[in-house]
Formats: sequence, structure tokens, C-alpha cells
Amino acid sequence: MGKQNVVVVGGGLAGLAATMRLAEAGIHVDLISMVPVKRSHSVCAQGGINSVNEYTRQQGDNEWLHFDDTVYGGDFLQHQPPVKEMCDWAPRVIDLLDRLGVTFNRTSEGLRDQRRFGGTMYKRTAFAGATTGQQLIYALDEQVRRWEADGLVNKYEYWEFLGPIVDDQGQCRGVVAQDMFSMEMRSFAADAVVLATGGCGLVFGRSTMSMICTGGAAARAFRAGANYGNGEFIQVHPTAIPGTDKLRLMSESARGEGGRVWVPKKPQDSRDPMSIPASERYYFLEERYPKYGNLVPRDIATREIFDVCVNMNLSVEPGRLCVYLDVTELPPDTQKKLDGILEIYEKFQGDNPRKVPMKIFPAVHYSMGGLWADYERNDKTGGMVMGSLRNQLSNVPGMYIIGEADYQYHGGNRLGANSLLSCIFSGLFVAPTIENQLASLKDGSAADAPSSLFEGAVKEHKQKTDDLVGNQGDENPYHIHQELGDSMTRNVTVVRRNKDIEETLSKIAELNARYKNVSLSDKGNWTNQNLSFTRALGDMLLMAKVIAQGALQRDECRGVHYKPDFQITAPDADNPKELRKQATTWCQSFKKKNDQWLKSTIAKYKPGGSGDVEFSYEDVDTSLIPPRPRTYGLKGAEIIEEVWREMLAAADNDKKAKVGA
Amino acid sequence: MSKSFTVTIQRQDDPHSPKYSESFEIPYEPGLNMTTVLQRIAATPVTSDNKSSTPVAYDSCCLEEICGACTMVINGRVRQACSALIDNVLEESAGAIDVKPMSKFPVVRDLVVNRKAMFESLKRVKAWVKVDGYHDLGSGPRVSPHEQEDAYPLSKCMTCGCCVEACPQFNDKSPFIGPAAVSQAILFNANPTGKIDRDERLEVLAGPGGIADCGNSQNCVKVCPKDIPLTDSIAKAGRDTTLYKFRQFFGR
Ligand SMILES: Cc1cc2nc3c(=O)[nH]c(=O)nc-3n(C[C@H](O)[C@H](O)[C@H](O)COP(=O)(O)OP(=O)(O)OC[C@H]3O[C@@H](n4cnc5c(N)ncnc54)[C@H](O)[C@@H]3O)c2cc1C
Ligand code: SF4
Ligand code: SF4
Ligand code: FES
Repeated sequence: MGKQNVVVVGGGLAGLAATMRLAEAGIHVDLISMVPVKRSHSVCAQGGINSVNEYTRQQGDNEWLHFDDTVYGGDFLQHQPPVKEMCDWAPRVIDLLDRLGVTFNRTSEGLRDQRRFGGTMYKRTAFAGATTGQQLIYALDEQVRRWEADGLVNKYEYWEFLGPIVDDQGQCRGVVAQDMFSMEMRSFAADAVVLATGGCGLVFGRSTMSMICTGGAAARAFRAGANYGNGEFIQVHPTAIPGTDKLRLMSESARGEGGRVWVPKKPQDSRDPMSIPASERYYFLEERYPKYGNLVPRDIATREIFDVCVNMNLSVEPGRLCVYLDVTELPPDTQKKLDGILEIYEKFQGDNPRKVPMKIFPAVHYSMGGLWADYERNDKTGGMVMGSLRNQLSNVPGMYIIGEADYQYHGGNRLGANSLLSCIFSGLFVAPTIENQLASLKDGSAADAPSSLFEGAVKEHKQKTDDLVGNQGDENPYHIHQELGDSMTRNVTVVRRNKDIEETLSKIAELNARYKNVSLSDKGNWTNQNLSFTRALGDMLLMAKVIAQGALQRDECRGVHYKPDFQITAPDADNPKELRKQATTWCQSFKKKNDQWLKSTIAKYKPGGSGDVEFSYEDVDTSLIPPRPRTYGLKGAEIIEEVWREMLAAADNDKKAKVGA
Repeated sequence: MSKSFTVTIQRQDDPHSPKYSESFEIPYEPGLNMTTVLQRIAATPVTSDNKSSTPVAYDSCCLEEICGACTMVINGRVRQACSALIDNVLEESAGAIDVKPMSKFPVVRDLVVNRKAMFESLKRVKAWVKVDGYHDLGSGPRVSPHEQEDAYPLSKCMTCGCCVEACPQFNDKSPFIGPAAVSQAILFNANPTGKIDRDERLEVLAGPGGIADCGNSQNCVKVCPKDIPLTDSIAKAGRDTTLYKFRQFFGR
């Protein structure tokens, strides 16, 4: 029997966590990544990573509350068992990172310092300066280097994954990848393939994500039969610094440490912002959301900034949409904690944010959706069964999905500092599953599969590449990308209307047609970045379709997916009786909406059919925490919550009565 | 108004081909940086004298000077393309910009170089904390804020190569591991658990290609984009290896 082997594609936090944990178990890993793994997108994360900790426990916090915040923040669209398992493990994940030498900030006693992020009342977030993601990925990168030195890991950096190899039985047996320097293409046999290829922000042109975040790898798995879940759930971060090549994130920690968002009450007030008195400033988040203030969840902050700029015309600048994010009033000690992110602003904008308020605007930031992945529910704990062959498994046997590339953990909206956690958790947690899978293989290893399978797969990709290079058209891939990004950003981000989304869908169809005539300006066979980009563009067009079509079909508001035409009218009557009546109507509509839409969108690739993508809807496991209205700052929140509780209790009684009868 | 500026780029089609240079005329826009310029060239690879060319190959990823990918030599100064704001660069050079790949690494193509040597050095100095395993063993050791403040700056090294490019002692003929790796060895020797392997790291620093190869010219520290106190690390490495050799000599 040939040697067993695992291929991990992607060396961000998720891929590295999986790799080191597999290597520790003595399993050989080929780690494939487009960039040296140390340069993966995860380095960009600034703010921190969540877990319950000794400090928050003293205030009554526990794993269940972290779990509750996560599913409530996600508008109940995620299966609850994986989320519960993740939150239960979180304190131990952070402990491990601590042992690996992550330079977490410290209290005077030498414990890990914590800060508060959006969507919770607790200081759950551990951080390392303002470069937490960088510090975490370095710790994992170092561990993987250690295993590399021991011969258990082979790194293939500057190699691009082109697609999985799936045999006649539908089993994934490896991958085809291409050396981005020599352009050599080859197959990698694998008994398990793990995709940890991150998000797809580049579908929107510019975003806060890195250049590798095209979703290309996900699209290639999708084409090979892997389902894609909740594609339309794309998080827009409220605070980014607009730039010509990238929208650079201004981390939520700026608000976590006390930064305040405001606009001058007078539209486009041209005075120096520092000279505008408090009475002439509109601190709209604090006024509209007294409980959470500037730390409302991301989708809400984003929408409010949008509303203030677009609907109220209160943008700070006349020609460009932006609001102030102000840390000038913070004490120097607190500013120091934010040095890393303040430096980014200074470096890329030229202004010192310690002295003048920053100008920021929302930007596409995170993909909650991703490749569909399974789990096995542990009926005793409500979490997952550790080591179950189903955990993180896609619908293609042998292919596992982890990190931002999966759809599992964040539902309709991700809470800040929960993603680093889900990436590392899913990476660590998939390892025992793969160990068990390798142990269970009866028919030898993938290396024993007929060589024709691998050769055929390579040949197919070579052909596709040759076709693309040989294309004789006059379309420019970079221009198509820009048009795609513009249309997606305009119509499929913060405020979604069906008419607009339809416009974008026809744009995508047009661009797809034009893509067929795309021509490469570099037809060479050495380090051809033009080829890599143009290939990914084809993938982005497919992802765009999944996102936009999913958004069009989902006629409701949930998490980041906001369709004003389908919003339930908030109660606003002054008369208490009338108010209660309105709240009851609200709750009935809410229940109806959940009956219809509390479901994951599942996209399936169906080439040739009408539009290549087919949609179905999957029930969500909400067995642990019953869904409740997400009422952050909603008018009439209290009465809605009261009526909703009564409705739940009544339904419960009904059930009991039935069981009794 | 159609203001524009010229960017001259040293190109090379592959490791075995000759170098040549090409100029591109770029329309000016406020807020441009070097990576945007390279993106614009990729979209329309036409040279100043109107010849159609190929996109210039370059490395990039994060676009916010945190991944270390896009290091290149711009107007004679090694730095990251993504944080090189064109307004500033133009000020240095009166309207023209000159771009070259780093010279201390083999060129793959155009501005892409192979920095594998740096990662290999990290292996040599065992730049990791050797924990017993990844199972749950409770939290890590306590670390004072003071120790954290010492470690964090060193830990921000993104293996970008600026320091190595500036170092007169580092080249493909010398075995010198370079300032970045020296500094990483010091980082892990200071870690409460990492220090268990201290002597193995000092052995490397004391050996061929180690700290004795540093000529103390202090070029490295001046170009590090992350302001890493490389010369402090180097000085510490010098002291620690001396002590280590003493201890070896006297059998501890
Ligand atoms: C600016 C910013 C700040 C953030 N801050 C926070 C924060 O404070 N807290 C938090 O919890 N989350 C944060 N996030 C989110 C978080 O950083 C990401 O979700 C997370 O890092 C993703 O990690 P990953 O391992 O899934 O993938 P990535 O780190 O994106 O890595 C993807 C990997 O896949 C490889 N890859 C991709 N395609 C291919 C291919 N075709 N072939 C070969 N390899 C391929 C890449 O080379 C790379 O190694 C932030 C995100 C951004 C954009
Ligand atoms: S101080 Fe040493 S390492 Fe730094 S540049 Fe000079 S010779 Fe190189
Ligand atoms: S020490 Fe500084 S210059 Fe050298 S590789 Fe690290 S970050 Fe770059
Ligand atoms: S692209 Fe990451 S440092 Fe410039």
C-alpha cells in the first residue's frame, strides 16, 4: 500500500492549524499555497480573537453566552452544534496560542489583556498589539516550519490549486496544481484534501481583503461538484480607508477602545473638524443605539453610516462618501494600544489620526458564506462529535473545508474577532477527523489509484489553460474585473433591491459573454501572472453569480442581507394597546419569515442549465437556542421581545399539552 | 489636465535571460501607490514609446505593508511597493521613478525574486517554540508587559528582505544568515519556553554564517519598515554567543 498523504490547500490560519495538528499525529502533509504561507491574508487581521476568559467569567460570562452572542449576531442562520463546539473550545485554543509564543498584550500581572468587540457586552477579545492576525499566523507558521524541518510537511509555495481530482465513485483523490514560477502542472495524490483557501472579496473589486482572496479555489471546487452555502452573506465592514488599490481596514478595535463615529450636523461643514463644537456634531451611533453605542454589530454600523451619508446627505466630504472616526480624545495610553492601526492610516493617508479624526467608509470585508461543510451532532453536549468522519466534510467525499472558505460558523453576520477563532478551531478540529478517515481506508491509499486518473486530470487542466492562452479576442480581463466589482459593490452590498440585483445579474451575463473573448497580454510560459489573474476572473464571475442570485432569491432581511422592500415595519404607536397590537403583528410576520427563510442557501453547479447554478434551501439546526428577533436598536425592541417571549411560551405549552394528551 | 509621470522598470524575462529596462507613462492621480501603478501597467502594458509589452511580474498580497511580499528597490531605496505613495516617491525624484528587483536574491521574473534563503535561515535558527504537543495543557507562562513590549517588535518581522538587501555582508556567496534570522533567534531565546533550546540557537549563531559574519555596518536597522531594533538583537547575539563559547570552553 502506498504512503498515505494529505493535501492542505491554503496556508492561512486555518490551513496552518490543520497542517501542524496532522503532522503532530504523524501524517504527511503537502501544503500548497499561492503565496508563501507566512504572507497569507490572515496577516491582515488586526483586532483580536474571542474567547471566554477568567476576566469575563467574573462578570458572569461563560461559553454559552459566547455561543449565544455568536448565533444571535449571525441572525440564527448557522447550525448551532458547530458554533457551540467552537465556543466551548475557544479558551483552550487561546491557551494553546499563548503556549506557542504569541505576543499577546499583557496586564500588569502578566495575564492576557482583553478588549471588547462589537456584538457583546464582555471583554472577550485577546489581542497582540494591532497585528493579532500577523502574530497568530507567525506562531502557526513557525510550528509548521518545525514539522517541515522534520520532514512531515512539504510546502509548495507559489503553487496554485487548479481543481480537485474526483474519481468515478465521486471520491476526491487529490488535486491538480501549477507552479506559478515555472508554470509546471502536476497532480498531487491525497487520501484527504483540505481546502483552506479563504474568502472572495475581490469579486467586489476592491475590498479589505488581500490580492489572493478571489474565491478562485472555492469556485474550482464548486465546479467539481462541491456545494456552496449562503453565498449572498457578505459582510461589509463599517470602517475602511478608501484607497486606489485597496480599501484598508480600520479595525473595530478603534471603536472598542473608545473611538467615536460622527459627522458635522451641517452637511459638508468645511471647518477644521477639531474646531467643530460637540453640540454641532452628530454622534449618530451613540444617539441611535444608546446601549451599544459605537459598538453596534457591523451590519448595523455599516447601514447607519450609509444612511447618514446617502439618505441624510451628511457625508463629511462633498465629492466622496465618508464619516469621521475619532480617536483624538482618547488618552495617550489608549492611543498607544492602537498604534499599529493608527500607523496604517498615517502611512496610507498622510494624516495623523491622533490629532485629526480619520475619514472612513464601509467596505466589503468577509464572506460568511462558503463551501458547504458537514458536522455530526453530539446529542449529549449539543456540540459536535470529535473525530466524526463527517466534520468539515464537503459533499464530495475526501474533500474537507475549513476557515473562511467554509460556510459553517457565522450565519448571517460574523461578530468581530470570531473569525480568527473559527479558522484556527476548524483547522485543529478537522485533524482528528482526517486521522480517523485515513485509518478507515480499506482500499489502500490514493497513491494506489490508477495513474490514468491523475494524468487525465492534469491533461484536462492543461487543455483549459492552453485554450485560455490561445484565445484571440479583444477583451481586457482587468477591465472586466473592474466592471464586475463596480456593479457588485453598487447593487449587492449594503442595501439590496431586487431591481438593482437583476441589473447586476444581467451585467454578469454580459461580462461572462465578453470573458469568452478575453485575450491575454502575456502568452508566455514563465511566471505568467496575467494567466493566473484571468483564470481567477472566470471564477470570480461564477462566484458573483452565486452571490447575486442568492441575494435576489432571498426576499427578507437577515443579518447583513438587508432588503428594505422586505423589512417588517417596526412598531411605533404611542398608545400602549396599539403598540402591543403592532408588536404582535410584527412577531407574526417575523415567525412567518423564519418559517420561510430560516434556511441556508445551497448553490449547486449545473453547467448547461439555465445559468449554471441551481439553488435549494437547507433547514438550520436551531435546537439549542430558539431564534429570537434581532432587535439591536430597533424601535419598539422591548415590546417585541416581550411579545415574542409570550408567543414562545404559548407554543411550548401547546407542545406539552399535545405530548400529555 | 493630463499630468503624467514616467516609471522605468528593470525587467528580466526569466532567471537566465538578460536584464533590460522599460518605461511606462502613467497618468497621475492623487492617492496612487506603487502597487496601483503596477496594476495599471498590467491592465495596459504599453511602454512610453508605444510598444505593447507584457505585464510586469511583481509580488503582492496584503497591500497594507504587513505581509512583506512586495519588497522592491524604488529610486534606489529598498521598500514595500504597497506603502510607497507616489506623491512621496515623485518628490524624491523630480517626476521620474526607477524600479528594480532586490539584488540579493535570484530574480524569478521582473520584480519577483526568490527569498527562500531567508526562510531556510529561520529553519537553521529553529525559530519556533518547541511545545510538548497541541493538546490542552493550560495557559502559557505569565509574561510581564515589559517582556511583551520587548518581544512584540521582534515578532513583527515579515521576512520582507529589506534588511538583507541593505546588508553588505549578505550575498549569495556568503553563508551569513542575515539580520532578520539573527533577530528571530534572539526573540525565541527570550521566550520563556523557547529558551529551552537556547544553546542550539547560540550554536548556530556562533558557527559559520553566524554572528561573526556581521560587520556591524548598521545598514539593516535603517531600512527595516517595521522599525525592528536589529542592531540591539545583533549586539545581544554577540554577547550571548561569547558567553556561550565561554561556557562551552569551561564545560559549563
Ligand atoms: C483587514 C482584515 C482584518 C481582519 N481582522 C480580524 C480580526 O481582528 N479578528 C478576526 O477574528 N478576524 C479578522 N478578519 C478576518 C480573518 O482575518 C480572516 O477571515 C481569516 O484570516 C481567514 O483565514 P483563512 O485561513 O481562512 O484564509 P487566508 O488567510 O485568507 O488564507 C488563504 C490561503 O489560501 C491560499 N490560496 C487561496 N487560493 C489558492 C489557490 N487557488 N491555490 C493555492 N492556494 C490558494 C492562499 O495562498 C492562502 O495561503 C480580518 C479580515 C480582514 C480582511
Ligand atoms: S549590522 Fe550586520 S547584519 Fe546589519 S547590515 Fe551591517 S553587517 Fe549586515
Ligand atoms: S527585520 Fe525588518 S527588514 Fe528585515 S525582514 Fe524583518 S521586517 Fe523586513
Ligand atoms: S503587499 Fe503585503 S507588504 Fe506590500
